[in-house]
Amino acid sequence: MTTGMAVPLKAKISAMPRRHVLDLDDFSKAEIESVLDSADAMREVLGRDIKKVPALRGKVILTIFLEASTRTRVSFEQAGKMLSADVINIAGSGSSAEKGESLLNTALTLQAMHADLIIIRSPQSGAPYFLARNLDSVSVINAGDGTHAHPTQALLDLMTMRRHIGDLAGSKVVIIGDVLHSRVARSDIYGLAAVGANVVISGPTTMIPLEMLRGRSEHFPASVTIQPDLDKAIEDADVVMALRVQKERAAIGMLPSMREYTRRWQVTDARLARAKTGALVMHPGPMNEGIEISSSIAHGPAAQIEEQVTNGVAVRMALLYQTLAGTGGVEL
Amino acid sequence: MSQALLIKGARLIDPVAGTDAISDLLVVEGRITDPTAAPNDARIIDGKGLVLTPGFIDLHTHLREPGQEDKESIKSGTAAGARGGFTTLCCMPNTEPAIDNSTVVDFIKQQAAENGSVRVLAFGAVSRGRQGVELTDMEELARAGVVGFTDDGAPVATGHLMQSALLYASQLGLPVMDHCEDYSIVKGLGMNEGWVSARLGLAGYPSAAEESIVARDIALSELTGGHFHVAHLSTAGSADLVRQAKAKGLRVTAEVTPHHLTLSEEWVLGTHGDVEADAVVTTAAYETRAKVSPPLRALSDQAALVEALRDGTIDAIATDHAPHTYADKSTPFDEAPNGISALDTAFGMLMGLVHAGQIDLPTLVHRLTAGPVSVLGERFANLATLAEGTPADLVLLALEEEWQVDASKFASKGRNTPLDGDTLRGRVKLTIAGGTVAYDGLSI
Repeated sequence: MTTGMAVPLKAKISAMPRRHVLDLDDFSKAEIESVLDSADAMREVLGRDIKKVPALRGKVILTIFLEASTRTRVSFEQAGKMLSADVINIAGSGSSAEKGESLLNTALTLQAMHADLIIIRSPQSGAPYFLARNLDSVSVINAGDGTHAHPTQALLDLMTMRRHIGDLAGSKVVIIGDVLHSRVARSDIYGLAAVGANVVISGPTTMIPLEMLRGRSEHFPASVTIQPDLDKAIEDADVVMALRVQKERAAIGMLPSMREYTRRWQVTDARLARAKTGALVMHPGPMNEGIEISSSIAHGPAAQIEEQVTNGVAVRMALLYQTLAGTGGVEL
Repeated sequence: MSQALLIKGARLIDPVAGTDAISDLLVVEGRITDPTAAPNDARIIDGKGLVLTPGFIDLHTHLREPGQEDKESIKSGTAAGARGGFTTLCCMPNTEPAIDNSTVVDFIKQQAAENGSVRVLAFGAVSRGRQGVELTDMEELARAGVVGFTDDGAPVATGHLMQSALLYASQLGLPVMDHCEDYSIVKGLGMNEGWVSARLGLAGYPSAAEESIVARDIALSELTGGHFHVAHLSTAGSADLVRQAKAKGLRVTAEVTPHHLTLSEEWVLGTHGDVEADAVVTTAAYETRAKVSPPLRALSDQAALVEALRDGTIDAIATDHAPHTYADKSTPFDEAPNGISALDTAFGMLMGLVHAGQIDLPTLVHRLTAGPVSVLGERFANLATLAEGTPADLVLLALEEEWQVDASKFASKGRNTPLDGDTLRGRVKLTIAGGTVAYDGLSI
């Protein structure tokens, strides 16, 4: 190493190379574990005084965020910078998107500048797939697409669970709330299925995909079940995950009222008492404290919400390394 | 006048006469005439091994002109029609400006006369500017020659307006075609509500949102006695509703598209229908070229539509040819407009049903010719027959010929087909419109 500032990682990380990270449905259990192992090692860097390793020096990462985001955008940017990549952020406003340039032409332009990786957040489901299909020399990471997928969030959720529970096979994870519109829930379902965990979906039936309610399960992992009644769903759970519920949903007739939602689906001390002792409480953020989660839970000992954020940086470092360095590309 | 044409030894299917036999056919001065009286200079076409039928009639074509000539023009759209075996195209009024007054109808007739390779008939709008509020001057439009009314692209906005339109149109002897989509449930979606929408995180258009308007319009047809025609019927439930309406003797007709008969919601996954139940979503997914309204439905709907076509519940096959530019469709899924460019591939797709034994060829030909006439009215009956003295609108078909779909070679400006690269079996070889060769693919 030429710079004395950047200290290499202690352990040689063996990551499985992959071109794109679009969702977890094409991740095997072994690959998920490989990412989480790498992320555990990356977390060590986060604890250093000088939070930088030279792994991705000379690589160019672009983030395109076409939707508001704080934690995910900053998390990716920090992850890239800690690995010594050059990270350039593009937002929807202030970019050529405002001048009416299509996403395809923007992406082709960025590819022509020899970007190595595009990280995209889009309000449109499938936008990262669209880029991956149309770009032939750039990797794509999905930072959340519409109501479809959010694979890096799911991986940080899995990392958080694994650090507390260990092997997740056979464990019970309850996901509560607006699953219909939740890209986090969709990716969690596939990630948790891959590692053998059971998922119970709970929430208003207006917020669960009709296809799941109909019980035609052949297209979804068999480990996923539906139990709208949260008091039943939460019994013996190892992990309780509350999703953000948007207040506008009541105004458009998807919910009777936020009051009723709170009464039936808020994660409270009384409800958590029905879960397994020591159960984890998670939330992808940003929280509506006092709606889907009570304040005492949100700031209580069971809550992993800030650890989820920390793990998010580590997981993203692992994924950036995996997509850009591959197995033999860059020496650590 | 055009050269006489003698087609020898083809299998002639005449859905009006109900005949199906090998024979010769002669065209002189634009009309079918006694084949034994061929003039010496007639062009002789060897029809051996081919099938000759009346030219197809498409009740539902978006020709885009005036206003969206980057997507299609009357010239390019009718050329695509000819390539597809269609000798009559009924163009939809969602142009810019809309076909809501006689001046626009006259413009279309003039363009078709100057640049069209096949006959163009126009539907007029139900509402002024297709705004769903005031009725158009329907009598003026009828006098200008429209063959029916529709606000297609959008449903007739309210039950009240539909009731008025049915009452008024029935005095004119014309049908009201409705794009049945309940905007209070969903609006403008091109994805079926089902396992694929749940999987891809796309908002889904449930069958119920089509069926609720089909049911509304059937009830209004019963109330008014007006002729309600269901545009691009796409669900098993809609087919059941139409079946019941017909059993009651109501004046209700329906059409179905080749894509709803042969493709399913799985095509949005981009794998050309070849899907494992547990397959991962690939980068081919969110296939905008399979985005259409109504959406490609479930496999069970597809089967029910074929059955309804066979038993006559559905009267006609209509393409809903909806050309778009490359840029229009080169976007994330939600942004892309709905529609499939359908004229070039319609016959090859439909022949898949015949080859699979799901429908017999004479029935298929009927639904492409006499079926549409039953919607348009008996004054068009001479377009669906091979009888001597009728206009020579004809198509010569090679049932077994395999060909690869290459959208870049379409006659249509719209290359938006999910079938690009696929192989179809069944091909149009020659199209004669009004006695003139509109498309000649005999040497291909």
